[in-house]
Amino acid sequence: MSGSTTSQFKENAVRQLADVDLRQALTKSKGHFTGGRQNAMDKLPEFDALRDQARDLKDHVLENLDFYLETYEQNVIASGGQVHWARTAKDAQDIVLDICRSVDATSVNKGKSMIGEECDINEALEANGIRAVETDLGEYIIQIRNERPSHIIAPAVHLTKAQVETSFRETHTHLDPDRILEEPPTLLEEARTVLRKKYFEAEVGITGANFLVAETGSSIIVTNEGNGDLSQLLPKVHIVLASIEKVVPTLEDASTFLRVLARSATGQDFSVYTTVSTGPRRSTDPDGPEQYHVILLDNGRTGMLGTEFHEMLRCIRCGACMNHCPVYQSVGGHAYGWVYPGPMGAVLSPSLLGVDEAGHLPNASTFCGRCEEVCPVRIPLPKLMRHWREREFERHLTPRAARTGIRLWAFFAQRPGLYQMATGLQMRLMGWMGRRKGRFSSVPLAKGWTKYRDLPAPEGKTFQQQWAGRK
Amino acid sequence: MTAGRDEILGAIRRSLGRSGPVDDSRAAELRARMAKPARNLIPARADLPPSEVIDLFRSQAEGVFATVDRVADMSEVPQVLTEYLKRENLPSQVVMAPDPSLDQAPWDNQPLLEIRRCLPVESDMVSVTSAPAAIAETGTLAMFSGADHPSTLNFLPETHVVVLPVNRIGKNYEDVWDLIRQRIADGEGDLNDLMPRTVNLITGPSRSGDIEQTLLLGAHGPRRLHIILVDSDDAA
Ligand code: SF4
Repeated sequence: MSGSTTSQFKENAVRQLADVDLRQALTKSKGHFTGGRQNAMDKLPEFDALRDQARDLKDHVLENLDFYLETYEQNVIASGGQVHWARTAKDAQDIVLDICRSVDATSVNKGKSMIGEECDINEALEANGIRAVETDLGEYIIQIRNERPSHIIAPAVHLTKAQVETSFRETHTHLDPDRILEEPPTLLEEARTVLRKKYFEAEVGITGANFLVAETGSSIIVTNEGNGDLSQLLPKVHIVLASIEKVVPTLEDASTFLRVLARSATGQDFSVYTTVSTGPRRSTDPDGPEQYHVILLDNGRTGMLGTEFHEMLRCIRCGACMNHCPVYQSVGGHAYGWVYPGPMGAVLSPSLLGVDEAGHLPNASTFCGRCEEVCPVRIPLPKLMRHWREREFERHLTPRAARTGIRLWAFFAQRPGLYQMATGLQMRLMGWMGRRKGRFSSVPLAKGWTKYRDLPAPEGKTFQQQWAGRK
Repeated sequence: MTAGRDEILGAIRRSLGRSGPVDDSRAAELRARMAKPARNLIPARADLPPSEVIDLFRSQAEGVFATVDRVADMSEVPQVLTEYLKRENLPSQVVMAPDPSLDQAPWDNQPLLEIRRCLPVESDMVSVTSAPAAIAETGTLAMFSGADHPSTLNFLPETHVVVLPVNRIGKNYEDVWDLIRQRIADGEGDLNDLMPRTVNLITGPSRSGDIEQTLLLGAHGPRRLHIILVDSDDAA
């Protein structure tokens, strides 16, 4: 897990707060996601009852996780597929490389996979001379910019179209330099054309999985673009990267999660493509992969089971918690320094990266509670963040890490601006920021905050009360 | 990597406070739960009389940017398809699924329509398939891979035209799972007790919001999804 800058959250955050493009991009996306979710909820009276069921179903799965994984494995094998178990990210890399070598692969297409990001699969492939091509538009954009995703469902949400244009011009040098490329439709068209060629070149397609179905041995991906489907249908080999907690008992159970997933994520009733894949192509199938592999990744998750972080394993990666998080909306996903940003990342990253590297992230919270309110599987994120803070201190961390933690907490506590962003003040603030865009590089907000620097850091509880008072 | 397998399963059991697998009675219970999958809460939205289920499907599909034509029977399909292609300025060459249910349409009465029935290639602009099922709840089409329906037809061409007899429109996703289980039980096709290799639930044309959250159609899959509803699936 190279490349994490999680321990430098504060430095990252300061830099991000001063980034004009980021401000502009985040302002645009925020209303889109939160408004979309609200709309979808309004149209579905059963939404909250579905969330209760989704929570209970995940709890049921976690209680019997070994049983469901073994059943799932049996059914994958029965349908002609292969299952590989990876304890660590390194194991997952090795398994992917072995499979690729076994078919002499020189090129791999990737559908969007957060597990792929978690395991640095692209880096492992490239280091071994295998080209990895991200095919999801957002992932493609950040791949050519050599960045990490800043959001789990909208990886390039931190970028403006002008930045995308610049990157396309720098990368697609075979195209006419005088072409017109300003607007999103022309950018999409160019990406579509460039990527089309690559679909037919890859020997291996790698996708993630939103769910694994024990009953049938199937993997399910949920996408809007169709890139995951082309990535898994055209190459000879389909590899599914999934973490162990993705298993669900039946197709009916998967349906319950599907009903809350897209609504929570993008506000769609249902994503465009929900694809259920079972084994390799059959003898009479005219297309589809000849080999089907599933890699089941642990990478720290069994260590969360049965602990106070158990509930985090219910997460279905919808992104609602970050879409509604005032801290995320202010600093953006890159400040978190690793694959998982926002409230879910603040709980998950310390579990997966270790307390030393990420134990301070839970301090990057206003404890306003919005994340828990919107989570489709009702994960008590603020409570789990508080657990990390307690653990961090109980464990007598190395002085450096502990100091980082305290400094970070103070960083947020001392900046009422972050709290204001969470309230009705946000719109006014944003409007004001927009008008003064030209002078933004001087970070007017940070100057405003410095006034408050000497205030003592209040306790977390007081902040919650403040928040409650404001609502 | 059996070592990894045993370690992961062992770690799960230790974390859950068990020394081994779930006990026999629990395992039997869990197996029974999977053998007869119960439906969880299903939204009431599609709980409607049959004609309104069709209307709901249509309005939901149109709500996600699919376009819809409706005809009385299969005899009208070729002409409606030709008109659609003309309207959209699309070529009159199509690649069509080798699905026998499409044979009932009198394709010959459109002499300008060129039909290939095989796998699509990169240059194919329009595909025509049927759909074995559809879901009114969200305006979703269900496609099963198999000899008569290559899955790439659903993704590669820029325009996907789907001929859908209205009696295949169900209410919810759960109806599709039941249909698949029924087909498996009936030993249809190459299923051998298995799910079709690929089940595609398709809700509208391909889209992306990855550039400044601007909704754009046709990211990698089809730009256009056109559904021809057929009231009676007889040849007329
Ligand atoms: S924690 Fe909840 S809201 Fe956040 S990504 Fe996971 S499921 Fe979604």
